[in-house]
Amino acid sequence: MAAPDAKAKVEAPAFREFATVPAIQPDATENIRSYVASDKIQEAIGFPGKLAEDWRETHDKAIGRMGELLERYRSLKVYLDACVHCGACTDKCHYFIGTNDPKNMPVARQDLMRSVYRRYFTPAGKWFPSLVGARDLTREVLDEWFTYYWQCSECRRCSVFCPYGIDTAEITMAGREILDSVGYGQKYSNEIIGKVHKIGNNLGLPGPALEDTLNGLEEDVKEDTDVDVKYPLDVQGAEVLLVTPSADFFAEPHIESLIGYGKVFHAAGISWTLSTKASEAGNFGMFIGNYDQLRKIALRVREAALELGVKRIVVGECGHAWRVAYAFWNTLTGIGAGANDPFAVELQKQLDPHYKQPSHICEVTWDLIQAGRLKFDKEANDGRIITFHDSCNVARASRMGDYPGGQFDIPRNIIKAVANNYFEMAPDTTREKTFCCGGGGGLLTDELLDIRVKGALPRMEALKRVVDDHGVNFMATICAICKAQFTKVLPYYGFKMGLVGGVHQLVSTAIHLGNEQ
Amino acid sequence: MAIEVNGKSYEVDEEGYLINLGDWNEEVGNFLAQQEGVNMTDQHWEVINFLRDYYNEFQIAPAVRVLTKAIGKKLGPEKGNSQYLYELFPYGPAKQACKIAGLPKPTGCV
Repeated sequence: MAAPDAKAKVEAPAFREFATVPAIQPDATENIRSYVASDKIQEAIGFPGKLAEDWRETHDKAIGRMGELLERYRSLKVYLDACVHCGACTDKCHYFIGTNDPKNMPVARQDLMRSVYRRYFTPAGKWFPSLVGARDLTREVLDEWFTYYWQCSECRRCSVFCPYGIDTAEITMAGREILDSVGYGQKYSNEIIGKVHKIGNNLGLPGPALEDTLNGLEEDVKEDTDVDVKYPLDVQGAEVLLVTPSADFFAEPHIESLIGYGKVFHAAGISWTLSTKASEAGNFGMFIGNYDQLRKIALRVREAALELGVKRIVVGECGHAWRVAYAFWNTLTGIGAGANDPFAVELQKQLDPHYKQPSHICEVTWDLIQAGRLKFDKEANDGRIITFHDSCNVARASRMGDYPGGQFDIPRNIIKAVANNYFEMAPDTTREKTFCCGGGGGLLTDELLDIRVKGALPRMEALKRVVDDHGVNFMATICAICKAQFTKVLPYYGFKMGLVGGVHQLVSTAIHLGNEQ
Repeated sequence: MAIEVNGKSYEVDEEGYLINLGDWNEEVGNFLAQQEGVNMTDQHWEVINFLRDYYNEFQIAPAVRVLTKAIGKKLGPEKGNSQYLYELFPYGPAKQACKIAGLPKPTGCV
C-alpha cells in the first residue's frame, strides 16, 4: 500500500483474510519509543526533571511509589495478584494484532509490572524470585516499561474478555505514574498538560485566537445558511457551558462538529457559551494516571462554571473527556453529586437539577430530537453512506441516557434521525467490543506513527468490509483523538482521509435553523 | 540537537522544530523544507508567510479552516481547501508547514 509519507518507515500490515491470531515476533516494536519529556516540561508540572544520577535512588523511589499506589488503589493490587495467565486477553489488543510483538499482549504488558510487584511485595517473590517469575527493577526494566506502557492506549478492550475483569489500562496508568515520579515522563502528554495549566487548553490556543476563530465560524455559517448562528465565548449568565476538546477549534474534521453544536443550541433556542478558561474538555491527567493533575485540570471547568454562573455543563465530542466527566467530575469538582468542599456545594446549588450534570452533547441533541424541538432534512446527508466507530472511553468507561448501553444507542439514534444511509460494522468490533482507533491514551504523537498505523489494523479491516459491501464513505465518531488518528492513518490503508467525521457534523448538515420555507 | 545553515548553528528539538522562534529566516525555512522533502514555491511561501503573520498576532498557528479561508481569498476559491494545502505540505498543513515556518508544533488531539 502506498504510504503518504515516504520519509518515516511507517508500514501498514496487510489485511488478513481471517482474523487469526498472529504468529509472534519477539521485540518487533521495542524500538518504537515516545520522546522523553525534557526537564523543563517535567518540572513545569511538578515532576522531577530527569532520572537521578544514582540508580539506587531511582530504584528506591520507583518501588516506593509503587508501594504507595498499591496502598491507594486496591484495584491495582487485585489486578496484579489475580491473573492466572489463561490467555483470554492475548489476541484482544489491537497493538498485538497489528505488531505481533508478544509484549503487546495485555497479559505480557501487565507482567512487565507484575514481575516487579512479586519481587518486592510478595513473600514468594522475595524468597524464590525465579520460581514465581519475579525480577528486580533494573534500568533495563524501567526502559521496557517506558517503551511498552507507551504502546498501550488504555482502551480497556482486553478487560472485556478477561474472566477476572483485570483492567490493563489501570496497570499502564500506574506504570506511567511511577515513571513520572522518577523523572521519566513522555514528552507528548506532559507538554500538553503544561499547556493546559499555562494557556487553558491542550493546543495552546490563547483567548484572542479562540475569539478570532469563533468569529470566523460565525461568518462562515452565515454565508452557508444565511442565519446568524452564534459561537459565544465567556458569556456571563448563559444557560449552558459547553466544554469541548480544543482540537474542535483547530483541526479538520473536528471543527465541523463544533459548528454542529452551535446549530443545535441555536435551533433549540438554548443560550450557551464556551469559556476561555475551560477551553479544553480533554484531561491527559488520566492518561498518565496522576490524580493531582487529573483534579487540577478538571477544576478549571468548575472555576469557569462558577464564574459564568451557568446552569448546565455539556461536554462535546471527546472520548476520554467524557469518561473523566461522567466518572470522575463529581468527586473531583462537584459537577454532579459527591464532592463536599464549599465550592462544590456552591456549584451544585447553581446547576439545574432537572438536567444530568454533566450531559454529553449527544444526550442534549437526542433529548431535543425526542422532544420534537429539532427538525432535519435527512436528504441533505444522502451523499453519505455512514457507519459509526464507538470510541473506547465512551463505550467501555461511561454511559449516556438512563439505561446500560445508552452510550451505544444514542449516537446511532442521532445518526439515523439525521441521515438515511447507515450500516453497522462487524459486531465483534463495535459497542463494548469496539477496537481502539490506534491513537488513544496519549499515543497520538508523530514518533509513534508506525505503531498507530499498525494498531489501526482491526478497525481498518472492519471498515473495509462495510466499504466493500455497502459503499460506506463516512465513518462517524465522537472523539477528537479518533478523528485526528483516522485522518492520519486512513491513507495508509488506501482510504481517503476525509472518510472520518463527527456525529454533529452530520447533524450540522441536516438541521433546520428556523429560516426554512 | 542543532541544524547548520550557511555556517550558522540553530537549535532544534527531537522532531526538527526550531527551539528559538527568533532564529527563523528564509534560508532556515528553505533548509527545513528540504529536510521535509518539500520543494518551496511561491505557493508554499504564501502559506508560510500567512502562518507567520498569524502567529505574530495570536501566538498560535491558525486553525486549518482559518488558513484555507485566507488562502482561498488570496489565491481563489479553488485553492481554499485543505486538499490544496495537503498537496503543498503532504504531511499535513498544520504540522509540516509550522515546522518550515519556524513555529512550534500544534499539540493536542490534532
